[in-house]
Amino acid sequence: MTLYPNLIFLGLLLFGIGFFTRNISRIRRNILIGKEMYRSDNKSQRWAYMTRVALGQSKMRTKPVAAFLHLIVYVGFILINIELLEIVLDGLLGSHRLFAPLLGRFYDFLIGCFEVLAFLVLITVIVFWIRRNVTRIKRFWKPEMKGWPKMDADFILYFEVILMLLFLSMNASDSILQDRGIETYINAGSFPISQFLYPLFDGLSDEVLIVFERSFWWAHIIGILVFLNYLYYSKHLHILLAFPNTFYANLEPKGGFEVDHHIKNEVMLMMYPEKLISDNEVSPPDKFGANDIFDLKWIQLMNAYSCTECGRCSEVCPANLTGKKLSPRKIMMDTRDRLEEVGKNIDANKGVFKDDNKKLLNNYISAEELWACTTCNACVDACPIAIDPVSIIMDMRQYLVMEQSAAPQELNAMMSNIENNGAPWPFSNKDRLQWVSE
Amino acid sequence: MKLEVPTLASLFAEGKKASVVFWVGCAGSFDDRAKKITKAFVKIMNHTQTSFAVLGTEESCSGDPAKRAGNEFLFQTQALQNITALDKYGVTKIVTTCPHCFNTLKNEYPELGGNYKVMHHTQFLKSLIKEGSLKVEGGKYKGKRITFHDPCYLGRANKIFEAPRSLIKKLDAELVEMKSCKTKGLCCGAGGAQMFKDAEVGTKEVNIKRTEQALDTQPSIIAAACPFCNTMMTDGIKNKKQEDSVKIMDVAELIANANNL
Repeated sequence: MTLYPNLIFLGLLLFGIGFFTRNISRIRRNILIGKEMYRSDNKSQRWAYMTRVALGQSKMRTKPVAAFLHLIVYVGFILINIELLEIVLDGLLGSHRLFAPLLGRFYDFLIGCFEVLAFLVLITVIVFWIRRNVTRIKRFWKPEMKGWPKMDADFILYFEVILMLLFLSMNASDSILQDRGIETYINAGSFPISQFLYPLFDGLSDEVLIVFERSFWWAHIIGILVFLNYLYYSKHLHILLAFPNTFYANLEPKGGFEVDHHIKNEVMLMMYPEKLISDNEVSPPDKFGANDIFDLKWIQLMNAYSCTECGRCSEVCPANLTGKKLSPRKIMMDTRDRLEEVGKNIDANKGVFKDDNKKLLNNYISAEELWACTTCNACVDACPIAIDPVSIIMDMRQYLVMEQSAAPQELNAMMSNIENNGAPWPFSNKDRLQWVSE
Repeated sequence: MKLEVPTLASLFAEGKKASVVFWVGCAGSFDDRAKKITKAFVKIMNHTQTSFAVLGTEESCSGDPAKRAGNEFLFQTQALQNITALDKYGVTKIVTTCPHCFNTLKNEYPELGGNYKVMHHTQFLKSLIKEGSLKVEGGKYKGKRITFHDPCYLGRANKIFEAPRSLIKKLDAELVEMKSCKTKGLCCGAGGAQMFKDAEVGTKEVNIKRTEQALDTQPSIIAAACPFCNTMMTDGIKNKKQEDSVKIMDVAELIANANNL
């Protein structure tokens, strides 16, 4: 027996995993371009939150139909992939259905389960496609979903359909060969779903059927490796990043926005220099707020990579609902696009970012979008994996105001009122108690 | 009825202390509509003989709109100024009728050294009822359809959904929920410093959208718990020409009215 198939398999496997590892390390590097942020406190609470929200998909429940369909694909995806273990071992050892003789009737049961799941996934993915392309659910058809995002969403569904069909065809042809008593095709079980595909292959000769079976087997595993590597280019990364993303989520009350410590030092220095503890050097920040991805925190950048563009955020955004330009989903998509652009720039310039005269602000996100936010946190609450678009909006507003004094005129008036008389309106602070006697 | 509103400074001069500080807020101090809410709340405090005081002229904007407009520097100077004033009197407990002040004092002041037990007035009123000093009976609101608009900074931001609703239920009123309520509550459009500027170009104003949702419940009263929501919803009702049939009332006003205060 020749060893070539085993070596080819090993080569493909190493290439697939290697390329994937390279891309994951790129994502990691890109995320770490972001500024530091400590979110490793309350570990047990974080594990619990991740388990509940990412693993348990608790936030999906607000849309029961979508939640149910998503659960089928999610469970199917995880369980069917258990068979990958056998496929990989078969590929490396040149065996065929290695576990069948070892597990006996339990193997039959497992394959039966996988087939049922594959069938359910297939149906669900088709329903997903219909929801997206026929019933045209509104959130999938917002302006930011044109072009690549739309194609990406469809590609993922096509991928899944193909993988499931390959899996079932592989089993169908295999089981016919088993019934015919062909050598190496040991009897492995009853194949409850793929048996319906028998008519497609029944008329083929043994030799041709073996070619079919082998082709399906190879196409299936190659398809999985391609899909694995597609993740990096796709919104589908959420299947991995949902976990760290929820682990490092903000667990504090949503209304409490981050208090900037650089600015705190500045303010303390101005108001109470005597209170300032001088054991660590007070360095003024090089920039207030954010106008590019370099100024954001690593968690915000991870948020951008984690977004699967489901649009639940924009669907509940009061600004988006009333026709304003702001879409929280677009904020996340823009952040990722800019981050990718910066990453490619770094790769092309031997690891150093070369100024490209572009910024997240203006080149991607406009001031108009930023000023439309009511900071109501509906988007944050709606996100099934705890992405926080508001924090990015706030950081960018901070840049507009503190670096460029570019607030809308009325807000400048409001702020100068606060500065001059301690209220957002032009009333004298002396009159604060006038209501008592009115 | 004459309002008894001691300031911390006057109590201090007499060597007395208040058990809670009422943070009035800028809207509550200067906005004509919000002042009525302030007074309603004070009437309840007076009625229940609650020991409280205000900062008066020593109170300044909490800094919330400045922070949300992007001016972190101004926010922090405001916060530190207020913390100095509060700490001067050894304040430990604060109640406020404004969810924005409530949120900032509760969640953002601690980072700057201001640590207080902060309550929203709906929580405070609930506790007054619980300890027995405040009794509420339906009276004029009995059986009325009331819908409650969740302020973002009370509800979603701080998960306080139940306190205002429990007060409305005390009125023997029929509490009807809007399509989007509690964690899903739609913003009135004023948060994040939007109160102080025109909205960006769109197809509709946020407050109109929210008012439509409220009107869908066919209420006789839209209850609010935030002076800014109150303004936005009042404008919305006027826009819909429903101001004669639907009233926008703060929960504190409902309680005060029910007790004929």
